[in-house]
Amino acid sequence: MMIIHIIVLFALPPLLLGVINKTKAAFAGRRGPPLLQVYYDIAKLLRKGLVVSDTTSWVFLAGPVVTLVAVAMAGLIVPFGASPAPLSFAGDMIFFAYLFGLSRFFTTAAALDTGSAFEGMGSAREATFACLTEPALFFVFIALAKQTGSFSLARMLGSGLLLSDAPVAASIVLMCVGLFIVLLTENSRIPVDDPTTHLELTMIHEAMILDHSGPLLGLIEYSASMKLLVLESVLISLALPFGSRLAVIDSCVFVAEALFLSAAVGVVESAMARLRMRRVPYLLTGALLLCGSGFILLVR
Amino acid sequence: MSFYLIVWAIIFSAASGFAGLFFKRRGRAARAGQIVCSFILVVACASGLVGSVRGLFEPASVSYILPWPSAGEPLVGLDPLSSFFLVLVFFVASLCSIYSLGYAPAERNPRTSRRSQLFFGLLVAGMALLLIARHALAFLVGWETMALSAYFLIVVEDGLLENRRAGFVYLVATHSGTLALFGMFTLWRAATGSFELSSAASMDGSALCGIVLLSLFGFGVKAGMIPLHFWLPGAHSASPSHVSALLSGVMLKMGIYGIVRMLSLLPVLGAFWGVLVLCLGAVSGVLGVAYALAQHDLKRLLAYHSVENIGIILMGLGLALLGRAWGRPEIVALAMAGCLLHVWNHALFKSLLFLGAGSVLKATGTRRIDRLGGLIKSMPWTAGFFIVGAVAICGLPPLNGFVSELFVYLGIFGSLSQTGTGAALIALAAPCLAMIGALAVACFVKATGATFLGVPRSPEAERGREASASMLVPMGILAAACVAIGLAPGLVSGALDAAVLSWNGGMALPGIASLAPLDYISCAGLSLVTAIAFVSLMLALRFARRRSGLCRSGPTWDCGYAVPTGRMQYTASSFARGLVLMFAWALKPSREPSKLQGVFPSSQEFETEVEDGVLSRVIAPCSRLLAKLSQRVRRFQQGLTQQYVLYILIALAVLLLTLFPVGGVRAVP
Repeated sequence: MMIIHIIVLFALPPLLLGVINKTKAAFAGRRGPPLLQVYYDIAKLLRKGLVVSDTTSWVFLAGPVVTLVAVAMAGLIVPFGASPAPLSFAGDMIFFAYLFGLSRFFTTAAALDTGSAFEGMGSAREATFACLTEPALFFVFIALAKQTGSFSLARMLGSGLLLSDAPVAASIVLMCVGLFIVLLTENSRIPVDDPTTHLELTMIHEAMILDHSGPLLGLIEYSASMKLLVLESVLISLALPFGSRLAVIDSCVFVAEALFLSAAVGVVESAMARLRMRRVPYLLTGALLLCGSGFILLVR
Repeated sequence: MSFYLIVWAIIFSAASGFAGLFFKRRGRAARAGQIVCSFILVVACASGLVGSVRGLFEPASVSYILPWPSAGEPLVGLDPLSSFFLVLVFFVASLCSIYSLGYAPAERNPRTSRRSQLFFGLLVAGMALLLIARHALAFLVGWETMALSAYFLIVVEDGLLENRRAGFVYLVATHSGTLALFGMFTLWRAATGSFELSSAASMDGSALCGIVLLSLFGFGVKAGMIPLHFWLPGAHSASPSHVSALLSGVMLKMGIYGIVRMLSLLPVLGAFWGVLVLCLGAVSGVLGVAYALAQHDLKRLLAYHSVENIGIILMGLGLALLGRAWGRPEIVALAMAGCLLHVWNHALFKSLLFLGAGSVLKATGTRRIDRLGGLIKSMPWTAGFFIVGAVAICGLPPLNGFVSELFVYLGIFGSLSQTGTGAALIALAAPCLAMIGALAVACFVKATGATFLGVPRSPEAERGREASASMLVPMGILAAACVAIGLAPGLVSGALDAAVLSWNGGMALPGIASLAPLDYISCAGLSLVTAIAFVSLMLALRFARRRSGLCRSGPTWDCGYAVPTGRMQYTASSFARGLVLMFAWALKPSREPSKLQGVFPSSQEFETEVEDGVLSRVIAPCSRLLAKLSQRVRRFQQGLTQQYVLYILIALAVLLLTLFPVGGVRAVP
């Protein structure tokens, strides 16, 4: 059980990015990079040398390291579909959310450490938008805690609320939409951020990591893909609660669902343009309000 | 025994500053005097610390009746709740005193050194006295000793107009608070029949309402809750940094202690009061951190963060009141433990941050964040400790801030199962707290990044050099305490249980260890630290093994720009701009824009400033109005003695006229 969870957590993530890229290529009428391209990229980066800016200090190195560890830890708390999480305790969803805070602290600080205006800009945007996505996440948590009476992510998410009575299902649907926007934002996808550009003034995540190279960049790419998996699994456990009693089948179902959701992200990326930066807060406020309305509907 | 240790600590800490008066102002004698003062204070604090830690675990509370001045009523006493706050006073005060040896050496500050030592000792003694007071008289004596010593410490550098102004605003604020406390104790006397501070089983509704409102006002001014926080930013940035650390870390908590103590004495309040305190806390939290984001001054930023943390503490307290009103002991235990642990935690990391800011100020001579930068190179230890404090104050795992916020969160989640109209809406506090957390991360990344990271933005910032050992050691101890509580919250669970039980009047409550996943927090925190260490080690090994040019260094790439300078970095103000605009409805940032004209515009200035809303838009206009009205009254003041005699005569005549008929009708028995 736990072994499968850990294998999926560490092995699957780059494939999700591959699926997104493939989907986007299909929409654009290209053949696109191989599905496993991200694995090759990361492997290559890890073998390369490192160029470190003179202005930086240990904080610059701490950014990627802390992010990787925090995201992996969050991945241990979240259930993968119907299969439970290896680590679960009362209040673990708060730990889960604050792990992302920890990684954000060090990522943004590492960006400021280079003394570059681009990276400062990226880190300012990252910090700003998180102030809207975090409350949205907590709206979902209190709504689920209210409905399930449980304070742990594994039991809150894995209870198949979508299949219960209509008002509950309605609010879950609202929250799923909100969570999807949070997922797009946190993983720096279109319409909030564009993961493919490096030299635009409107970017967030890619701007912050401009000066990271070699293995550090590899770690960042890897943890970014892992973050995608972790946030997708929150959404999957909530929106696609299909499970059997067999652990192996559950895991296969989960992997299929994760690939499907990544393809959905790819579709959104292909169908939409990136928003103007000043429009992004409106979108995020929308997500916040959706999650908030979901909660209000539940407690009525 | 523990009580006597504390009394000795109070006497000696009050006396510590007087020792310095026997030494000369200048030269090595002054230095010797400072060391003697500091030594006495540290020894006193150590004895007090031993006493208060023992007091935490002595089950029965004791009180002492003295023949004078409160005949027959207990004057002072000790219980776990007092001990809990006393630990804080003695621990932080001793560290700040050691820090001051390096920060403000007497031979460099001949004019102010003796004064600041004198009032520093008195401040510590005043706070400790009010904590052990069991009688309104003793309480007020301690309270005013604290308030006035703090005033003299704030204006220690009285050469600057800004500092004198901050001191005056503080003085007005603190005395309005004290006035409310006088009213509160008068009501208390009327309701319970004595000035003794012992629990009142039942009370008249209107008296209860009055007491709660007056103590929320009187103590709220001291605690710095919005909208009564207006004195705080000025006072904290004006005072020397070791004093700011004590004021922000400890003195604000005396306001919290006052509210907590009065609420523990009063009978169980209705749910309304819990909601009120919770809302006050949420508003203080969100607006406090929003104001902090908009600051350009490192110490003002930290001061506004105190407002935010007081908000989190009040949220815990409000939730505990709600739990009491609902009869839900587990909510009371969790929320009150969160409130009290955050009192400790905030004292630890906020004093750490103020001491760090003090080191920066001493090294560079400026508090303006936008003129700093790159100090992690020249002040590595200070920067490291500051980052520990910053992570802790954001409430991030694996440090102590996370533990107390987790308790409050668990209390909030506990309230979800409460049935009743609107009870579920209490849970809206959780997204609020999440927003406070995210804003705090933004704010501290800004402060840390602009101060310590990147490259120096000004010649001042290039002057940075590492603080002396006497400044680093206290910061190291505070940082270690933050890490210890974060990784092993089980260490403090006993103290928390004792204090919460004592607050709840001895009524049985479940222990915090059974309600919150303390072991899991330790495990998760330790594995987080281990994993980070492991990955770093792997990276280090990889680059240490094959040194052949694998790790090179060069200038920041910056999209290929060749000659970046320090001034081209993203500034702290730009970093916060997005969030400041998001909160513009509350912050009302003023801009001094400049229009660029012509093909080759000349150099221009641009300025943005966020003034404190309450001070600049409420207090200042009101005092101007008051001054205007007072102008009218001035014409009665001519300075002629004859005229005053005339006034007396008129007053007597009026009095006689009004009293005469009453006296005439009154029947003589």
